[in-house]
Amino acid sequence: MSRIILINLVRFIVLVLLQVFLLKNITLYNLSTPYLYILFIVLLPFETPNLLLFALAFILGLTIDAFYDTPGLHAAACTLLALVRVLFISITVQKDGFDNEPEPTLSIMGFRWFFTYALVLTLFHHFFLFNLEVFRFSEIGYTLSRFLLSSVFTVFLMLVSGLLFFRKKERK
Amino acid sequence: MRNLLIFITKYNAFFLFLIFMISSLLIYIKYNSFQKASFINSTNKVTGNLYAKADEFKGYLSLKEVNDKLAKENAELRNQLRSSKYVDTVAKHSVTDTIYKQQYSYIEAQVISNSINKRNNYLTISRGSHDGIVKGMGVINGQGVVGKVVFVGEHLSIVQSLLHKDSRFSAMLAGSKEIGYLQWGDDLNPHSGLLVDVSNNAQPKIGEMVVTSDLSLFPAGIPLGKVSKLTTKGGGFFLNMEVALAVDFSKLEYVYVVINKFAIEQITLEAQEKKADE
Repeated sequence: MSRIILINLVRFIVLVLLQVFLLKNITLYNLSTPYLYILFIVLLPFETPNLLLFALAFILGLTIDAFYDTPGLHAAACTLLALVRVLFISITVQKDGFDNEPEPTLSIMGFRWFFTYALVLTLFHHFFLFNLEVFRFSEIGYTLSRFLLSSVFTVFLMLVSGLLFFRKKERK
Repeated sequence: MRNLLIFITKYNAFFLFLIFMISSLLIYIKYNSFQKASFINSTNKVTGNLYAKADEFKGYLSLKEVNDKLAKENAELRNQLRSSKYVDTVAKHSVTDTIYKQQYSYIEAQVISNSINKRNNYLTISRGSHDGIVKGMGVINGQGVVGKVVFVGEHLSIVQSLLHKDSRFSAMLAGSKEIGYLQWGDDLNPHSGLLVDVSNNAQPKIGEMVVTSDLSLFPAGIPLGKVSKLTTKGGGFFLNMEVALAVDFSKLEYVYVVINKFAIEQITLEAQEKKADE
């Protein structure tokens, strides 16, 4: 148990630092900006209680907001992300399977499931984030293209990090 | 009552979602006036320190470029010194200049955090209320206009960059003195802006300088950019044109905060004018 907390704490700090000092400066063609920090919420264990999940998502969002000078923006998007996560998992994963599948990682859940999971969560998060940030209907074309290209970038980075920390199933 | 509790626990995810979503949206909406959510931004201790540390490292990488820029600026300033001019009349008068008094003064500041790839960009600079910075002051660098101070901490401040959807600076064409507004275009290109609401009589030329007007919070004549295209996609009742921005926002290292001696007077006067209108 304490191991899981430690791993997630380290993951939180590493992802925030990576986002703020490296990914914040990266853009492709002024359109595609990755927001890899949501990987923290994506990878939380299945058994995380809902209250903790939402609280963590909110805190993560506020932390990123503090660095990006946009109070509330990322917090709102992360809260939506947490809801989509709860719904997606309740639809696709059976409750009694939790014992041998503690975390929704690429190595445990397999490529196909993880890809769909990461893609759906990222699309919801980015769509909400970009539209709330701009909040103008007249720029909808640019906002949508930014949303799509950024989602592709983020999911790509998620898959890369999933493969980077790939572990053969050790349990069973 | 019991049924209600069962209902809430059954759909707890949704209710938690509502609570957190409403609180974050409240923060987001309140922030638009910027003063209220004062601790969640990059002037607070933790984020400010981290950014300052990271900037120390980054500073080394651009030393040469900063040096070149400073040398160029120095040369330009030296040209304006009285000692580098000569008087071409025979009769010499010694005149103590009492007409001109300082209206604008400048504080130099280091940019410790910057972004150019969001719809609304902000810079964090290393000067705050301790150094005499006040909300609303203009920020420039050697190349031209950078933005406007929107939040002041004790030792750091946040500058709303020109690359922001709400940035609008009073500008004029350097040749014809026709007045308009400079704002950032909606295509997120950090090198181009739009000059809008110029009178239809103006005859702008491609390559003409666009500078700050007398109406802005900057001294008149600070470069904003050059006219690069005479049409824009939006159109409108007045002349709009595209402007290639003078400042390279991706390479900001040092900036100057403009202190206008008459700013307070101007603000109180304009506030009175508003009151009179109501």
